[in-house]
Amino acid sequence: MSFVKRYLLPRLVTYVLVIWLGITMVFFIPRFLPTDPVQSFIDRLSSQGTYWDPAAVQETIRTLRQLYGLEGTLWEQYVGFWKRLFTGNFGPSYFQFPTPVIVLIKQSLPWTAGLLLVTTLISWIVGNILGGLAGYYSDRNWGKVLDGIAMVIRPMPYYILALALLILLAYVIPVFPIGGGFRIGTKFTFTLENVLILLKYAFLPALSLVLIGTFAWFQGMKLIVQGVRSEDYVKYAKMGGIEENRIVSKYVIRNAMLPQITGLALSLGQIFSGALITEIVFSYPGIGMLMYSAIFSGDYNLLLGASTLSILLVTTSILLIDLLYPLFDPRVRYR
Amino acid sequence: MRVLKDLLRDGRFAFGFSVLLVLVFLSVLSFFSPYGPYERNPLMRDLPPKWPHILGTNSLGQDIFWQLTFAVRNSLVMALIAALISRVIAIIIGVIAGYKGGLVDRILTFLCDTFLVVPLFIIIVLVATITKGRMSLPMLGLLLGVFGWAWDARVIRSQVLSLRERDFTYTAVLSGLKAFSVVSKEYLPFLVPLIFATLIGNMSWAIGMEVTLAFLGVSNLMLPTLGTMLQWAINYQALLLGYWWWVLTPVVTSVFLFIALYLISISISAYLDPRMRIQRIGQA
Amino acid sequence: MEMLRTEQLKSYYVLEIFGRKRIIKAVDDVNLSVGENQIYGIAGESGCGKSTLLKAIFAAIEPPQKIFGGRLYYFVDGQAVDVYSLSEEERRKLRWRFISYVPQGSMSVLNPVVKIKETFKDFIESHVKGKTKDEAYEMAKVHIRELGLPVTLLDAYPHQLSGGMRQRVTIALATVLSPKVIMADEPTTALDVVTQRGVIQLLRDIQKANRNTLILVTHDMGVHANISDRIAIMYAGKIIEEGPTEAIFNNPTHPYTRYLIRSLPKFGDRMRRESVPGSPPSLEKLPSGCAFHPRCPHVFDRCTEETPALIECEKDHMAACWLVQEGKR
Repeated sequence: MSFVKRYLLPRLVTYVLVIWLGITMVFFIPRFLPTDPVQSFIDRLSSQGTYWDPAAVQETIRTLRQLYGLEGTLWEQYVGFWKRLFTGNFGPSYFQFPTPVIVLIKQSLPWTAGLLLVTTLISWIVGNILGGLAGYYSDRNWGKVLDGIAMVIRPMPYYILALALLILLAYVIPVFPIGGGFRIGTKFTFTLENVLILLKYAFLPALSLVLIGTFAWFQGMKLIVQGVRSEDYVKYAKMGGIEENRIVSKYVIRNAMLPQITGLALSLGQIFSGALITEIVFSYPGIGMLMYSAIFSGDYNLLLGASTLSILLVTTSILLIDLLYPLFDPRVRYR
Repeated sequence: MRVLKDLLRDGRFAFGFSVLLVLVFLSVLSFFSPYGPYERNPLMRDLPPKWPHILGTNSLGQDIFWQLTFAVRNSLVMALIAALISRVIAIIIGVIAGYKGGLVDRILTFLCDTFLVVPLFIIIVLVATITKGRMSLPMLGLLLGVFGWAWDARVIRSQVLSLRERDFTYTAVLSGLKAFSVVSKEYLPFLVPLIFATLIGNMSWAIGMEVTLAFLGVSNLMLPTLGTMLQWAINYQALLLGYWWWVLTPVVTSVFLFIALYLISISISAYLDPRMRIQRIGQA
Repeated sequence: MEMLRTEQLKSYYVLEIFGRKRIIKAVDDVNLSVGENQIYGIAGESGCGKSTLLKAIFAAIEPPQKIFGGRLYYFVDGQAVDVYSLSEEERRKLRWRFISYVPQGSMSVLNPVVKIKETFKDFIESHVKGKTKDEAYEMAKVHIRELGLPVTLLDAYPHQLSGGMRQRVTIALATVLSPKVIMADEPTTALDVVTQRGVIQLLRDIQKANRNTLILVTHDMGVHANISDRIAIMYAGKIIEEGPTEAIFNNPTHPYTRYLIRSLPKFGDRMRRESVPGSPPSLEKLPSGCAFHPRCPHVFDRCTEETPALIECEKDHMAACWLVQEGKR
């Protein structure tokens, strides 16, 4: 019971608060900026040269303001926003009028979720194992080689690496498709052939994410392991003549993993952003691509909806990881 | 300056530092450029690299080499602004949270975690979309600075936390030293290297964000930066048309810049870690 | 019968600070001979090289510590084994079965993420083949009970135990495979007096029950007086006096030993306690000749020039002091 109080409760509270703060930020930022989205929308339309009857313009403005949720005082807007949020109503999208935003998001979400889940898991696990081994046997050559590669890959922003991969493997050596998530026009069914095609399209974006992720975790783990190696309990185990394999897995990696779990939780926001960017480069039909189209068409509602959803997604995943942590660290489980 | 000499012994630092020097040199060169950064079509378009246009010209009729000098200068300046602003915020928040503890700490950490957790990309894109095309360089720097402090604030906070528990803190406080003096006089030597290493990391991040934003078409495309150079190149289908020099210049420069900044920051961090030093020697 | 012997063992630390190489002579030309069924004490103040000697004897050298000369022999089943000529794997096999180690400051020597019984299993399985998981747990349980410790501690995690309990766990770990030689490095430091007594009692009971050898390293002369059979006094990396406990306490020969003994409080004795003047020398810049001479009240010329070897001052009692040779004792 005290565990629930000590560990669970604070985290749940933080979870709710962070979501609240994040979504509030998403709500308020546009309203504090000097541009009025409705006005710029009108401007853009009228710059296309059509004649507008002033009454019609007024009517349009009012409708738009309603759709944007800009009617009423700031407080009324805020409350209205939250009310609509709970029913999942983000209003209609603009570049695909009148499809509701939520429908568009629902379409793109599985793509992003699938990509993220798989790549994050793979890169975290592989990166940590490699990093652990490299950190422990730090005088072996392969460790140094990996470290060198990591040094080049790690600082790259997701965009540049994705671009480089695109150029190399879809352009110069056309092995993989240049973009998209699936063959245009066909519907997706769960046959083996279709799954393979799906994987082919997903391969490059996944590779880009996995490369960056794996090397990032690799480097972190290597450093941690080098520190853990000189901990008292490792030295004692060595003195006690415990077999080296056992020391590496049970004493070193098990302990070094703990900060990496926390690290995963902390970097999820960043990883998510990276995934979005990668999607854009590869025109992969996930939330990233959705947001990209939204930016270009000034689809305000879509942007809001996608942002809100992303915040929810990321914070929930972090909560899940936080809840899993006590399974690995008994010091948190028992007082 | 013995620190500098010691650092230079590390191959990584030496490489990174020299690349950085080259880039700074390029930025300085920009003041001597024969062409203004915003001029269009002063020259023949799409010329391959040949003297005097050592990096060729692009489809807008600009000399790529001199464009690069402007781009490097702008990118570095923006990154510096962003990094400095975020440094200041990170230090203030990190130190107060770490030193005061209690409720203040909890609130600040919560704030920090929110900025960390909420995918910043989204927020920045949101802001950038709405101020589309009107973003000036300092504005971009300010924006990135205001959003990039979270990680480093955490790092500074944990360092301050561990320093606070050390004996010399109690001694200082008991001898009547005010909190502010404790921090500035006693903690600063520990914090400065940390701040410096994270500054470099932050610059790298800022430039990366800038490139990304340019790619998305949300930053001011008239301003020559590494990101906008790349964006123009892609926009004009430089790759398809075979004008490789236009695309490769910003890409290669960015890659070198990132690697250089990264090497500098990790070699500083390695220098600071005493345990590694002990493990390294004795192989004698 | 002899159990362990060192001959002119030298172990130094090689450090490189700010580009300069510095050599710390922590163990300099040490000759020890430890027999069976006894408690052999090594005494000396902090920084005299005791821990280094322990690590050297246990053959657990890690850089920057290195062996610079001399030999180390274990007498396994009566046969002399030159430890430093063995391979790493052969040395590992000897650990815990022939010789084991109780570390100093057991605060963090146990793996924090596994239960105590897991650690026992690790030690057992690494040295005894063919035991199933449950057999290993059972072995640990039996051993813990034998030592009079509560069996529930096997299911606990290290952070749930007190410091004294953790110390006892490490003692239990060191003895679970009934080794012939047990080395204990400051087992009572950082413990309160009551717990100290418990730990000492435990060590003594184990030694009596198994008739093995316990090498006890501590600066606490009171502990030595309590259980050690023989004592070797260390100073600045060398053994400067060696003999049976009674001889050392009743007839301390080396001036340093005299100070050590005289600084111990005695019940009812209200004489002022004197401690050694000055401070111990840096192991990097040792004084010429006898390392103690700058602090010695009886110093004369020869002391500053030549380093004295261990010379017999009475039967079975040796001291490294020129005063002995000059017959001034």
